[in-house]
Amino acid sequence: MKQKRYCAAFIVVIVLVVIFLILNLCIGSVNIPISEIPKILWGEGADATYGDIVREIRAPRAVAAVLLGGALALSGYLLQTFFHNPIASPFTLGISSGAKLVVALVMVASLSYSIQISSWLLIFAAFIGAMICMGFVVLMSKVINQMSMLIVSGVMIGYICSAVTDFVVTFADDSDIVNLHNWSQGSFSGINWDNVAIMVVVVVITGICVFLLSKPISAYQMGEAYAQNMGLNVPLFRIALVVLSSILSACVTAFAGPVSFVGIAVPHLVKSLFGTAQPIFMVPACFLGGAAFCLFCDLLARTMFAPTELSISTVTAMFGAPVVIYIMIRQKKEKME
Amino acid sequence: MEKYYFRTEGLTVGYHGVPLIKNIEMEIKKGEILTLIGPNGAGKTTILKSIIRQLTPICGVVWLDGEKIQKMSGTELARKMSVVLTQRVRPEMMTCKDVVATGRYPYTGRFGILSEEDWKIVEDSMELVHIQEFKNRAFSEISDGQKQRVMLARALCQQPDILVLDEPTSFLDIRYKLEFLSIIQKMSRTRNLTVLMSLHELDLAGRISDKIACVREDKIDRFGTPEEIFTLGYIPELYQMTTGSYNELTGSLELTPILGKPEIFVIGGNGMGTAVYRRLQRKGIPFVTGILWENDLDYPSARALAVEVIWERAFCEIDPGRVEQSKKWIDRCRQVVCPVNLEERHRFCRELIELADYAKAQRKL
Repeated sequence: MKQKRYCAAFIVVIVLVVIFLILNLCIGSVNIPISEIPKILWGEGADATYGDIVREIRAPRAVAAVLLGGALALSGYLLQTFFHNPIASPFTLGISSGAKLVVALVMVASLSYSIQISSWLLIFAAFIGAMICMGFVVLMSKVINQMSMLIVSGVMIGYICSAVTDFVVTFADDSDIVNLHNWSQGSFSGINWDNVAIMVVVVVITGICVFLLSKPISAYQMGEAYAQNMGLNVPLFRIALVVLSSILSACVTAFAGPVSFVGIAVPHLVKSLFGTAQPIFMVPACFLGGAAFCLFCDLLARTMFAPTELSISTVTAMFGAPVVIYIMIRQKKEKME
Repeated sequence: MEKYYFRTEGLTVGYHGVPLIKNIEMEIKKGEILTLIGPNGAGKTTILKSIIRQLTPICGVVWLDGEKIQKMSGTELARKMSVVLTQRVRPEMMTCKDVVATGRYPYTGRFGILSEEDWKIVEDSMELVHIQEFKNRAFSEISDGQKQRVMLARALCQQPDILVLDEPTSFLDIRYKLEFLSIIQKMSRTRNLTVLMSLHELDLAGRISDKIACVREDKIDRFGTPEEIFTLGYIPELYQMTTGSYNELTGSLELTPILGKPEIFVIGGNGMGTAVYRRLQRKGIPFVTGILWENDLDYPSARALAVEVIWERAFCEIDPGRVEQSKKWIDRCRQVVCPVNLEERHRFCRELIELADYAKAQRKL
């Protein structure tokens, strides 16, 4: 009975990912007929222009949306587990913004000294920024018992980091401002295959680690005291959660800037779709759900007001924020009962 | 082979390096039940938390089956010890059965998937605690008492040798209190389960426990069998009771007696008097009662509530002096109440009949 629902739900998210992936390859300033796609992918007798557009621009961007969307959703899921709070996410806790700040600093510094920086360095910089903010939030959580206040403080940290980032970006060299500005708003544009290769390494390895943690996560969901009695090394597990979620959100920030609300909305939607919170289903499902969600939002970001491109956060916020409001109302109701 | 299955040695517990309870020495054999009692805030929970490794003890050792608990691995300990805590759990989207199944955690593989056998153990534990009828309901929807039973099933499902429970009966009504403790007692008897718990209900603690430890101020004040603990006057002292009284034998509590010039004489006995005593206490009327044998059911409550009790030693004939004493009290009271049924006059105790007739003559009964 339940197994059937899980299977059906998995089929739904996989189908969504596939549909949006194909749409992302086809739709754009140049619309490519769907019949061309297989030809381009197998490299047989396709139109050369179409081939270049898909292979060099749309495909890496779409694959990046899959990987980064999945990473964001997983990161959000891990943070929600860590804080036992359904509206925790890299964005609401200021972790994305912290990563963004350090990346911006590194970028501006490298631009002014005209050094070419590698993607690895960017990820590392983002990770440092994420860890600093995460550390701060964890410390705050020891002082603030109330979860809503923790979120508020996280949002504040996020604002501070964003303000400093804007400051830095404003004073950067003119020629690079456009690029940097786009990035600091969040965007999947300009991602190439080299970036994707690094993403695959980081996200896949981290994702597998998270999946291997699904059993401890299920114990942790029962509360720390019971988890400990079940034999879980709680301090070690908490560190693992923090590090993994920071790596995931750092990777996203390094390549696409801050992307809001995916981390909250997707785990919640996936939970409702599956009718369970069991991590063994939630981890892969969140990844797929995040991928579908980001593909969908990126499609809108690119095409809605073409040729002007919206920032990805604008679109994710439009669909994600209502979910957050819904969660808060529902929580309030549960408390009243 | 260790003589004791569970033992603490010079255990000192507290928070942030500040000792709260010092030098705890307790020991129980396998299959025994140890209960911690003591006033609120005395530190029962702190002791239990230290034993289940939620808190690091400041010093001392906890031995379990000849091994130091602090040295055991998480899984090793989880297979020996399971817990039911007071903290609320709010698992998302889990049925009661799912919650019970989490007890199998230390036995499952890398991904925590339960085998057929695991599910059978889950079913068995649910049956044992009688939660079958709501096993498929969402855990968040059931009552606190039901949740408590689900948590017990979960703990049993972990197949422990020792079960640690922190005030497990607090949310339960009397039926489930008794049922809950009966299950624990049955498990300790049939499966040799060792139990360590804290209880607020002294009467139940005295009935179920093999050993009791009394936590008071910064130490274990007493440790021993219920008979050794519930000696006259100890419980009021332990809890620093300033009002009312506690009966060590029956475990019943009485409110503060009304003192002053007695207005009513109660001819009580056979448990008929107690209700009258309590009613008078509620109305604030001082009274005298008699003549009671020391072994009468009404004797403890009379002792706790009456201004004076005229009594005779158990199984002895009533001394004429007691009758005279009672008559004097009847003279001074404005009314006499006799809840005792005096119908079978020819077979009834002469002295009580005499008192009743004496009161009737004065139109006080």
